[in-house]
Amino acid sequence: MSYIPNTDTDRSEMLATIGVSSLDALFDQIPQPQQFQGLLNIPPRLDQISLMRHLTTLARKNVHADDFPCFLGAGIYDHYTPPTVAAITGRSEFYTSYTPYQPEVSQGMLQSIFEFQTLLCQLTGMDVANASMYDGATALAEAAIMASDLTGRSRIAMLSTVHPNYRAVTETYLRHINIALDIVESSDDLGDETAALLVQHPNFHGNLEDMDKLSEAAHAKGALLVVCVDPISLGILTPPGDYGADIVVGEGQALGCPMGYGGPLLGLFACKNEFMRRLPGRIVGQTTDADGKRAFVMTLRTREQDIRRERATSNICTNEALYALAASVYLATMGKQGMRQVAELCLQKSHYAAAEIGRLPGFALAFPEKPFFKEFAVTTPTDPVQINERLLARGIIGGLPLTQQRPQLGHAMLFCVTEQRTRVEIDALVAALSEEMR
Amino acid sequence: MPTPIDLNFSSTHEWCRIDANIATVGISDHAQGELGDVALTLLPEVGRMLQRGDKLGEIESIKAVSDLYAPVSGEVVAVNEALDDAPELVNDDPYGKGWMVKIKMTQPADAETLLDSAAYEATF
Amino acid sequence: MKLTIEPLLFELSKPGRSGVELPACDVPVLSISDLLPSEGLRSTLPLPELSEPEVIRHYTHLSQLNYSTDSGFYPLGSCTMKYNPKLNEEVARLPGFARVHPDLPDTAAQGTLEVLYSMQEILAEIGGMDTVSLQPAAGAHGELLGLMLIKAYHDDHGQGQRCLVLVPEAAHGTNPASAARCGYTTVTIKSDGRGRVDMAHLRTLLTENQENVAGLMLTNPNTLGLFEDDIAEICAMIHTAGGLVYCDGANMNALVGRARPGDMGFDVMHFNLHKTFSSPHGGGGPGSGPVGIKSILEPYLPVPQVVKTDGGYRRDYDRPKSIGRIHGYYGSFLCILRAYAYILYYGRERLANIAENAVLNANYIRVQLQNSFDVAYNELCMHECVFTAKRQQRERGVRALDIAKRLMDFGFHPPTIYFPLLVPEALMIEPTETESMETLDSFISAMRQIASEIETDPAIVLSAPHETVVHKLDEATAARKPVLRWREQHK
Repeated sequence: MSYIPNTDTDRSEMLATIGVSSLDALFDQIPQPQQFQGLLNIPPRLDQISLMRHLTTLARKNVHADDFPCFLGAGIYDHYTPPTVAAITGRSEFYTSYTPYQPEVSQGMLQSIFEFQTLLCQLTGMDVANASMYDGATALAEAAIMASDLTGRSRIAMLSTVHPNYRAVTETYLRHINIALDIVESSDDLGDETAALLVQHPNFHGNLEDMDKLSEAAHAKGALLVVCVDPISLGILTPPGDYGADIVVGEGQALGCPMGYGGPLLGLFACKNEFMRRLPGRIVGQTTDADGKRAFVMTLRTREQDIRRERATSNICTNEALYALAASVYLATMGKQGMRQVAELCLQKSHYAAAEIGRLPGFALAFPEKPFFKEFAVTTPTDPVQINERLLARGIIGGLPLTQQRPQLGHAMLFCVTEQRTRVEIDALVAALSEEMR
Repeated sequence: MPTPIDLNFSSTHEWCRIDANIATVGISDHAQGELGDVALTLLPEVGRMLQRGDKLGEIESIKAVSDLYAPVSGEVVAVNEALDDAPELVNDDPYGKGWMVKIKMTQPADAETLLDSAAYEATF
Repeated sequence: MKLTIEPLLFELSKPGRSGVELPACDVPVLSISDLLPSEGLRSTLPLPELSEPEVIRHYTHLSQLNYSTDSGFYPLGSCTMKYNPKLNEEVARLPGFARVHPDLPDTAAQGTLEVLYSMQEILAEIGGMDTVSLQPAAGAHGELLGLMLIKAYHDDHGQGQRCLVLVPEAAHGTNPASAARCGYTTVTIKSDGRGRVDMAHLRTLLTENQENVAGLMLTNPNTLGLFEDDIAEICAMIHTAGGLVYCDGANMNALVGRARPGDMGFDVMHFNLHKTFSSPHGGGGPGSGPVGIKSILEPYLPVPQVVKTDGGYRRDYDRPKSIGRIHGYYGSFLCILRAYAYILYYGRERLANIAENAVLNANYIRVQLQNSFDVAYNELCMHECVFTAKRQQRERGVRALDIAKRLMDFGFHPPTIYFPLLVPEALMIEPTETESMETLDSFISAMRQIASEIETDPAIVLSAPHETVVHKLDEATAARKPVLRWREQHK
């Protein structure tokens, strides 16, 4: 068969060399009662043509952003990915390699991670970054634990405007190691036992927080400021390093990674220099080889689970190297001008859409006083779940219904407008929504 | 490297050089060899009171991490700050410039529980 | 053509270049200062500036400096570096999967939900478990989830005092690290003279900690590539003591279709889809670490699970005893999809071929090299075999690390070295089922030559690698004076 090169002849020859009589005899080391007899109750095999047909059929059952304009965001975004990204991440020298434990034959991946760490520092204004985490939500939870370790304090404060999924993941992580999570409405609610204030900026509703004030308030209490960012917004917004963030995390999917039904994703993690040795996850550093040539290697390894075991800074082993590579190629391709331009397009188009939707009878901006970047919450005249159904019927992916997440808003939904949306698509959305009041 | 004869050793590879009631503490040549290139030492602040056997600090190499234990009881009166910038001193000169802390002993009898150079060398 | 090191992206940058052409704004442009507060805006954006051809050439050069399974044999023990079928990559690029938003209503994502539901069922069957959570993004994430489920179970049964997790000394480092992240204290079980769990020591630990053992984490086959043949008794002992048993499924490639952790008595396990089920390792990730469980743990599973109803598939959040969320969404969907394609390709008829050929290849290497290097425990092994270079180190001063580096000169990726920790100078070789006998033979021949070099010309081994783009690295300085990013003044 095509993925297993051994032929029957090979197998016979190898068995003879080993000195066992059959393949079955190789499994004699497993006691008989623990051996599985018979065939598994899983689907029968498919040849490659049938397999491709089956999977293509399944793929057709999904609504996707190539066919329908997507106004859904809330953490996973339909941004433009330049073709350089697929060209490079599709190179199997990268995607079929493993963690670069042997630097002499892994300089490609090591250098690309070093560049990723640098790009992330440039974007966030932080000193150091790691090679990435599973996703934004677990990165935020890890940052909370790191802040607790650094300060010796066992309470974490999180603004109520953080993404509810991120809040839920952080809550799960912290509960198991007895760190309390306080959901706070403002920085006035910080205590002397608070290790860190966790802020999402722009927040779940798309709005900008007052970062200078939050930073000052957290630091006045001896707490760290942990900021969860949308990296696209940093094409235009102040880098967190400038307002004193101690740890910056975020979801990096928007940087050239597929939405992929929410995974794999790319957890971003950066911090100030002084916390470098407490970072979770892999880190690549620069050094020289025996001939004095510049070279790269995984470093500060004693923080990690395979060496420090139960006292490691985290249990994480896998990072998202291939997605970090995608993000690097994305940032390299977009560059200084492209990132600025994408951020401005998001800003302009979302404000145009917000103004048009806000003008519709029955619709209103939920937070009209607050500045926003590319997402905005809107109160709706009817149940947003049903609005979405009608939008889908017209070939439009609507926003995220907020009724469950934010019941205080009543009927509401969160729209996202990226640089991918055209004026024609936005006008079609507005026209479809206007039907709601008829 | 020959083991200096004026030292006492713990079974956890710390050495002590005792001068009056001050014990200078480091790790043995054997221990640094096992650890490999030392990258970082985490040592206590001056003034810390320690009982014999208490965790004194941590020493990290590029591939391992190891706890340091106090070979004698007493107060930390000095810490080798040179190791902050040059942790390689632990590898290059374990019994000299690679010392880690000085402890003002509160229980001089502690010294008697330690191995002499010959006994340590014979064991490790 | 000789490979050379590549400048950094930042050194290639030149003001005014760009690699992308974006559309002009097609909505009325407003003044940014009217939309956002001035203190919220950045003044500079210090990113590199390159044209598209430069970006492509830079990363193509980098790719050429990287060893991969597509370029050669990668016998990295414990990592299962098998071939990654290209069909699976094509599937993962279909816009109907790659471009699907996770917050779509279930009716608009029936294809993805069907894949997820099917994989919950398929993996449960392969593991001998009752159901599966697909959410963990990696093996260690799966361990953490598995332990959280064990904890939730004990808490729910008034056994919250159970605070200890037993872990064999040969375990992956993630096991104790994950236990610590779940608030557990680990107790190490010794290995016996056969490289298995020391049953007498286990018995003593259980007697001493009667009421406090939450569970045991065990890799089977273990990290020596040996099957823990006392497994039924081990599970029974833990269960009698009131604990649960966790299977680290990192080594499932030895078992698929031939043995099931659930049948051995394990209560919970994780799969590494990036190992056993060929989702690419991607240079260190992304991974996927689904967790299979027996029904007693079902109430505590994270939200959401995918359920099948008359009208199709849906995400079920109504789980009152759930431990909560562990991932922003539903795990590594595109990895799960690749694994699904892989399993369907083999199907029920052929899945066992994976384990059979993996075990065959590992034993072939063991036998062919046993006269050149000492096998740590020389008996029939499962999917990997562990050698020790202790003799070579003692007699010739050549360490496992040196042998690993010398292998690079022969065009092979080195095996895993210095793991498991209880084998001095360990060389852990996992060939996988996707290597041909010819490849194994050429690897064996290289290893034999190195063995003979160690006797006749150790200097050539000690100074290796000679053929790589960079030579031995100064890892000490990298750790002592960390340089973790490029900065302008480095230019």
